[in-house]
Amino acid sequence: MALRKTASPAVKLDSLSDVNDLGKPWRFTDEDTGLTVTRSCVWSPPGCHPVGCGLKLYTDENGRLVKVEGDENHPVTQGRLCVRCIALKDYEYNNSRILHPMKRDRDKRGQADAWEEITWDEALDLIEERYTEITGKYGKESFVNFGGTGREGGVSCMTYTAMVWQTPNACYTQSGYACYFPRLAAGTMSAGLVYPEMDYAGCLPGRYDDPEYHVPEAVVLWGKVPTVSNPDGAFGHAVIDLMKRGSKLIMVDSRVNWLTTRAAYHLQLRPGTDTAIGMAMLDVIIREGLYDHDFVEKWCYGFEQLAERVATMPPEKAAEICGVPAEDIIGAARLYANAEAATIQWGLATDQKTNGMQQAQCIIALMAITGNIDRPGGQITTGGAVALDADTEEDDEYMPYMALDDDELRGKMIGLKEYPAYCGMSQNSHADLTLRCMETDEPYPLRIGAFAGNNLLACTSAEPKRWEAAINRSLEFVIGFDCFMTPSIQAVCDIVLPLATVVERDSTVAAAYGSAPLYFGTQNKCVDEGDCRGDLELLYILGKRLNPKRFEEFDSYYDLLQFLRFGKSRMFEELREQVCIQSKNEYYKYEKGLMRPDGAPGFNTPTGRVELYNLGFQQFGDDPLPYYEEPDFSPISTPELLEDYPFVLTTGARTYAFFHSEHRQIPRLRELNPNPLVEINPETAKKLGVVDGQWCRVFNQFGEAYLKAKLTVSVKPDVIHAQHGWWFPEEDGNAPHNYGVCRSNINNLIPNFHVGKLGFGAPFKCMLCNVEGTDENFDTDMQLIQDKFGELR
Amino acid sequence: MEAMGLLIDYELCTGCQSCEVSCKEEHDYPVGKWGIRVLDDGPWEIEPGHYNWNKIPVPSDLCDLCIDRTSRGREPICVHHCLANVMTYGSVCELAKKMDGTKRQVIFTPVYKPYEKLRD
Ligand code: SF4
Ligand code: SF4
Ligand code: SF4
Repeated sequence: MALRKTASPAVKLDSLSDVNDLGKPWRFTDEDTGLTVTRSCVWSPPGCHPVGCGLKLYTDENGRLVKVEGDENHPVTQGRLCVRCIALKDYEYNNSRILHPMKRDRDKRGQADAWEEITWDEALDLIEERYTEITGKYGKESFVNFGGTGREGGVSCMTYTAMVWQTPNACYTQSGYACYFPRLAAGTMSAGLVYPEMDYAGCLPGRYDDPEYHVPEAVVLWGKVPTVSNPDGAFGHAVIDLMKRGSKLIMVDSRVNWLTTRAAYHLQLRPGTDTAIGMAMLDVIIREGLYDHDFVEKWCYGFEQLAERVATMPPEKAAEICGVPAEDIIGAARLYANAEAATIQWGLATDQKTNGMQQAQCIIALMAITGNIDRPGGQITTGGAVALDADTEEDDEYMPYMALDDDELRGKMIGLKEYPAYCGMSQNSHADLTLRCMETDEPYPLRIGAFAGNNLLACTSAEPKRWEAAINRSLEFVIGFDCFMTPSIQAVCDIVLPLATVVERDSTVAAAYGSAPLYFGTQNKCVDEGDCRGDLELLYILGKRLNPKRFEEFDSYYDLLQFLRFGKSRMFEELREQVCIQSKNEYYKYEKGLMRPDGAPGFNTPTGRVELYNLGFQQFGDDPLPYYEEPDFSPISTPELLEDYPFVLTTGARTYAFFHSEHRQIPRLRELNPNPLVEINPETAKKLGVVDGQWCRVFNQFGEAYLKAKLTVSVKPDVIHAQHGWWFPEEDGNAPHNYGVCRSNINNLIPNFHVGKLGFGAPFKCMLCNVEGTDENFDTDMQLIQDKFGELR
Repeated sequence: MEAMGLLIDYELCTGCQSCEVSCKEEHDYPVGKWGIRVLDDGPWEIEPGHYNWNKIPVPSDLCDLCIDRTSRGREPICVHHCLANVMTYGSVCELAKKMDGTKRQVIFTPVYKPYEKLRD
């Protein structure tokens, strides 16, 4: 993705005083306090997707971070920040951070007091010794790297596996890779577009008033509350900016949330039934002739077949399946299709169902047949692959750092045979089959592993106890790398390395993983925490040890950073002076031959068109057209279970306070949401005899979790929503208690092995459950949290 | 002296709580102490399909209108960080001019530790 030469001056917000720091350089002295201010665009840790918000980091003469403020020079965030960066100091100097490498005997896994502090040299020697010994015995493929979501660490997982560990088995440990990747795969297979993002003028210097931009008349938020989640690296409150400028909202969401109360349409569907809504909206738009005839004629493939297929799902039928009035589906479809420009943000909910690839297919079809792809105010696209790199225009060399270059080894990737689309596209071993492999040693033993920004026992994995047992059964040596001790590291690791935060190391960030033209920033170090290393710094250090030949060309960490993240034409020092540079973009790239590697007009698919009839799906054994399938466990597909489990369970709505399983030890954030909550409709609660604030047991045939009842009409009477990612760093870390990670983990109720035909998607947001009130009281004592973690280092 | 205050377009306050946490960081207020709190009024049904849900940030008796910052000409830190950009600081007369009855708004004129004057 090409960048502009320099940063443009940011558009000033009206609420910003005339005394401000607009136009200040990347590092300056604050006149009032004499403190040194370092401007930075940050990306985890603290956990976050690559939104790359602008920060001003104030350090004193001792190099201590004393204050954090939003940077008004940032083109998109303009000084605004979410609570997690506002409380960055409390994270940075939290007294429970891991600051030195530590090791522990394998037979002491689970013992919180058995860790022994060691030096980096000792740590690296130990890793090299065990790595050489175990992979020597079982092969390089016996290494599995557990990747997590969003953080720089999770995203660098594939780079680690390819360049350092030299294993084919990078594994995002969530069943069906039910996060982000299914959408990427559907986008790529349908249109050669990885992630058609809502266009919020992020790459335009004049932003919403830029002459190139058009404010969309309609914004569809589908299984997504972007204000809270900053999804996939988009600045969520851009939706508010658009609402102020007149955009109307269409929300597809099983819960009433704050945004739905401001929406023109809220399609409050039964969880897991989205594909039916998608097909019905397509049917309305096609039958009423509201589509962009010209675009369909020139740039779509399989329109007639799609029309025929979606005609099997008229709005009345979808209404019955989804529990949404047919006239609302029709009204929403008309509002969307009649808009001059309209845009859709597709959410994680897309991925968290077995039928998710078909939902994604419908959403791409909606974007396409209304002509909104690559239209100003529609879906903005790079027209190519995800590019974490800054500048492939000046520097066109492809950087294959995410793929292993040894084909034979690559062929051993777990799941490549069973799910070639999943494994081939994601360069990940299949999550569910990796679990099975650790349980059975089939097709071969996995014996050594590492964590990359993942806390699977608290957060990512379904049936977490099963994952824990499988890892402890199979892996002889496991490496942890994090800022804080997590329940996952405590339960299964033998060595843990201290991870640096955003203020402790230099790096870069491409907003939204570079999947949309937005901006590219530098993360600028301003604090030295001695023993901590950044995600890519460790990559360099370990690479030099374990794969010295591959790392020969890098003389320093900065060489590696340059290789991985931006081309040879610019240096980090030069980029950092700009702090944040917007991308260049052209709309209507498909007309100009900018979408395909061969330079021909059209889309990067075999037919050169958006494949509404999807040849890729067909090739890998799925139906080329979208179809609706009930969730595996639902009132319709398993009515016999309703007596025991009468409610539909949906999980994982985001909170402002936390990034997934992080931040529970930050008092000022924990205070915003002290307890794990389960949302129950007041009518239902009355029948169950549950009162507001009572602790409940939520359970089904797979497991149980204890959460605190929040009675709210956010959920319909037959739906239960539970928060995710909970553990309690204030509690005992020793096994079996392990910070109470089992007690409230809603993933105890989610099974593995309910994935779609291509291997993608899992039912994290559409299970069945029951609820009962208990006499237990697990209320968090906030004073205890303050006493334990409030005193900063 | 001109009365200064905070104008909040609560119609689009998302409840992000950036104001709450910013204020705590700026003033070093620990757990249990706040300079501003976001009142969460909803969701409750007005009529089928229509809900009342307003997030209304209410300054507490610990709000000093960021005197340290505002005396240097800067806006309060909650205003600076507000994700929805719905807070404005200024003189009440100027702020009132921005109210025309077409959207949900409120002006607050907090007083810092008002109890200190009770025995004056
Ligand atoms: S969205 Fe991410 S980068 Fe932005 S302020 Fe929040 S935590 Fe920081
Ligand atoms: S004006 Fe300052 S003191 Fe008052 S609520 Fe906002 S941040 Fe707190
Ligand atoms: S910071 Fe702004 S949007 Fe967020 S809760 Fe406060 S007033 Fe509302």
